Order: sequence, then C-alpha cells, then structure tokens
Amino acid sequence: MRFLVLLVGVVSAGLAASAFSRAQEADPTPTPRSGYEFMAPQTQALQDDDFVNPAFFSVEAGERLWSTPMGSEGLSCASCHEAAETSMAGVAARYPQYDPDVGGLVNLEGRINQMLTKEMGAEALAYESEALLGLTTYVALQSRGMPMAVDIEGPARPYFEAGRDYFFTRRGQLDLSCSQCHDGLAGQKLRGDTISQGQINGFPIYRLLWNSTASRHRMFAWCNTSLRAEPEAAGSETYLALELYLAWRGGGLPMESPAVRR
Amino acid sequence: MPLLLAVLMASPLSQAEDLVAVAIVDGGIPAPLTSVPGSPDRGRLIVRDISKASCLICHAMPIPEEPDHGQIGPPLEGIGSAYSVPELRLRLVDPKAINPETLMPSYYRIEGLTGVLARYAGTPIYTAQEIEDVVAYLATLKAD
Ligand code: HEC
Ligand code: HEC
Repeated sequence: MRFLVLLVGVVSAGLAASAFSRAQEADPTPTPRSGYEFMAPQTQALQDDDFVNPAFFSVEAGERLWSTPMGSEGLSCASCHEAAETSMAGVAARYPQYDPDVGGLVNLEGRINQMLTKEMGAEALAYESEALLGLTTYVALQSRGMPMAVDIEGPARPYFEAGRDYFFTRRGQLDLSCSQCHDGLAGQKLRGDTISQGQINGFPIYRLLWNSTASRHRMFAWCNTSLRAEPEAAGSETYLALELYLAWRGGGLPMESPAVRR
Repeated sequence: MPLLLAVLMASPLSQAEDLVAVAIVDGGIPAPLTSVPGSPDRGRLIVRDISKASCLICHAMPIPEEPDHGQIGPPLEGIGSAYSVPELRLRLVDPKAINPETLMPSYYRIEGLTGVLARYAGTPIYTAQEIEDVVAYLATLKAD
C-alpha cells in the first residue's frame, strides 16, 4: 500500500532555494526531443519492429494479466475496463496526476496498484516486478503516438515545483544536477554514451544495459547512483514529483512505450 | 597581489580521515598534499580507472588504448604546458574555486555537497596521494 502512504512535506529539506530562483531566471528547458533521436540506428531498429523489440515480452505478460482474475473479488482488469485498446487509449499520457483521495500524486504504476488493492482485493505489486512492468507497459502501449499532456495546475502545482527543484539541484559526490546533463549537454558524449534530454515518453523502456524492461523510477535511481547520490525509493513522493516535472517538460512528445534504449 | 584565500577542507564531523588543509595562493595550490612525490605512471592509471570517476567521462586524453573519450570538458593533450603544477593541482582539488558553475567535480573537497551516497559520504573522490599522482601525470602532457 506504498502509494497510499502520505509523506508530509513535498520539498525535501535539502533542496537549495538558490537552485529554484536560478531555474526561474533562465529556464534552459530545450524544445523536447525524444531519447529515440539520440540512439544508434541499431537500437532504433529494435524499437521500430514490435516483433523484435524485447519489451514485447512484458507487453504480452501484461496482456495476459489484463484478463486474469486477481484477488479475493474474482475480478480482472477486463471485468471493469473491457478492451484495453479503447478504455486505456490516452490514459498513460496523462500520468502522473493529483488524486484527491490519496491527497498526492499517483503515477500509472500507482493507479494500477490502487485498482488491485481497492477494487479487486489483491496485494499491491512490487515495483519492477514482472507483473507490474507488464501491466504498465501494456497500458502505456495503448497511448502510443499520443502526446504526453499532464496537468500541473491546482493541487498538482506544489508537486510540480518540487520536481523542478529536484531537477535543478546539484547532488552526489560528482555534484551535478539532472539539468546540467539533460538540458545543457544533450547530444554530447559522456564517454561512450550520447546524452539525451532525459525524456520519459518511452517508458517503460527495454534497456539493453540491464537486459530488462524498466520503469521511469528505476532510471531516475540509476542516474542518481551514477552521480554517487543516494537514490530515492521507487514510488516515493520525491520521484513522483520529479516524474510530473519531466512529463510536463516533455509535453507534446508522442508516447513511445515500449521504447528500446542503450 | 597574492590571493590569500585559505580554504580549510578538514571536517571535524567526518568519521573518515580528515582532509589535508589546502591553501590557494595566486590561482594555484603551491604546496603538495603529501610528502611522497607524485608518480606520473600511477597517475596515468588512476585517471583511466572507471571506478574512480574517470576523467575520460568528460575529457579526451592522450590515452589511445581507452575507447570512448568524453567531449564535455576541453581535451587535456598539452595541458602541462598551459598550466603550472600549482594551477593543475587547484584545477583538480577544487575547480569550483575558479568557476563555481563548472560541471567538473572537485576531486578533493567534501563540503557543499547534497545527498552523497552513504558509502562515499565524507570522503573525497581522490585521496591526497592520488591527487599528487594525477597532477604529476598531467604535468607530463606537454604541447609539442
Ligand atoms: C552526468 C550526466 C547525467 C546526469 C547528471 C543525469 N543523467 Fe540521466 N542519463 C545520463 C545518461 C548517460 C543516460 C543514458 C543515455 C540517455 O538516454 O541520455 C541518461 C538517461 C536518462 C533517462 C532516460 C532517457 C530515455 O530516453 O530513455 C532519464 C529519464 C534520465 N536520464 C533522467 C535523469 C534525472 C531525473 C536525473 C537527475 C536525478 C539525471 N537523469 C541526471 C546522464 C546523466
Ligand atoms: C563531469 C565532467 C568532468 C570530469 C569527470 C572531469 N572534468 Fe575536467 N573539466 C570539465 C569541464 C567542463 C572543464 C572546463 C572548465 C570549466 O568548466 O570551468 C574542465 C576543465 C579541466 C581542466 C582545465 C582545462 C583548461 O583548458 O582550462 C583540467 C586540467 C581538467 N579539467 C582536468 C581533469 C582531470 C585530470 C579529471 C579527472 C581526474 C577531470 N578533469 C574530470 C569537466 C570534467
């Protein structure tokens, strides 16, 4: 029930006020470009063909679960939503969003877990489990080609601002912010990697480095750890706020899930 | 005019070994951090070491046996002719003392950092001896 736990205090005490004002003065946010554009042609080719894209194992797992009854109520997702192709079209493009019942942000993984725990009498699925990645990928696929468009106004606003602060704050032993790499250096070489804008329109992605499908929050944790900074827990309030900021930052980019990345 | 900005790096709170105090004079750090002279050969090995935030992440260096040099900082070929040893030492210990906005990490500084992974907290990226070894290596990179 990790998503129903309300953490008080959106802005972690460590966020520097100066980073916030700098962000506002000269927002370097670039015109959004998908990570796809920064990939080598072989990697793009894997994504272009659903029959070779390894993330389709997750899609298939999700598709099977969609109509499998789970939990004490004997319900499946399909019992309420019928065909995902119609009921789920465009849904993933609108997440994360503010949920008044939770009193905080909910992302796609969180919404799926709410269905399981509140409606179906089932246990919440763990982040990066085959089942949660499968359902998330299958649902996200139904928004393929649709523009990412999240709501950052009203009660979502403070979360958005906390996420933006996080993005602009230097952290870790290497003392770099997300923005320094993904706004400032996109297209340049960091050793063998071409740095992209750090967009999230392709998630869940299949990451070749990991040989697995992966969530947005796993990627955030990887970048944090690369900077020798403490990662946050997947599903944490901080990462949900960061996810909202990034979804807004990439607004209008077509959803690509399941993308393939290096 | 001598810039007598003494930066004390020792942190009494850290459980790790206290850092050697360094003094910035005239845009450089003239005093070596250790009594053992730096070894250019060891320095060349250290800068390649991926587990130690390798310079190659960001810089091209005259190390042809390593693939994939970064393009984020300037190439370091000839850097030993551009700067004196004290200037090189400062650019490694704390490049933020020269340009607070630089992307380059400070390799011998533990203050002013946010959210450092527990296993690195309170320790600099390089030890004092590693700084000396890498400075000695950079000093050999003369322009021809
Ligand atoms: C030192 C540079 C650096 C910093 C700082 C950094 N990243 Fe990254 N990031 C990378 C590299 C390299 C990759 C893999 C190649 C790529 O897709 O850009 C990556 C990939 C990503 C991706 C996947 C993009 C895609 O299209 O698949 C996301 C999302 C991301 N980063 C977010 C973040 C966030 C959030 C932060 C801050 C917590 C951050 N990054 C900090 C270097 C960095
Ligand atoms: C995350 C990126 C990054 C890493 C890692 C990095 N540097 Fe740098 N370095 C830079 C940038 C960017 C500059 C440009 C100066 C500035 O920004 O003020 C620079 C400048 C320098 C300079 C001065 C060059 C000049 O022409 O003025 C030296 C010397 C240097 N770096 C050496 C090193 C060494 C040695 C290492 C590894 C021990 C290293 N750097 C690691 C990014 C990096």
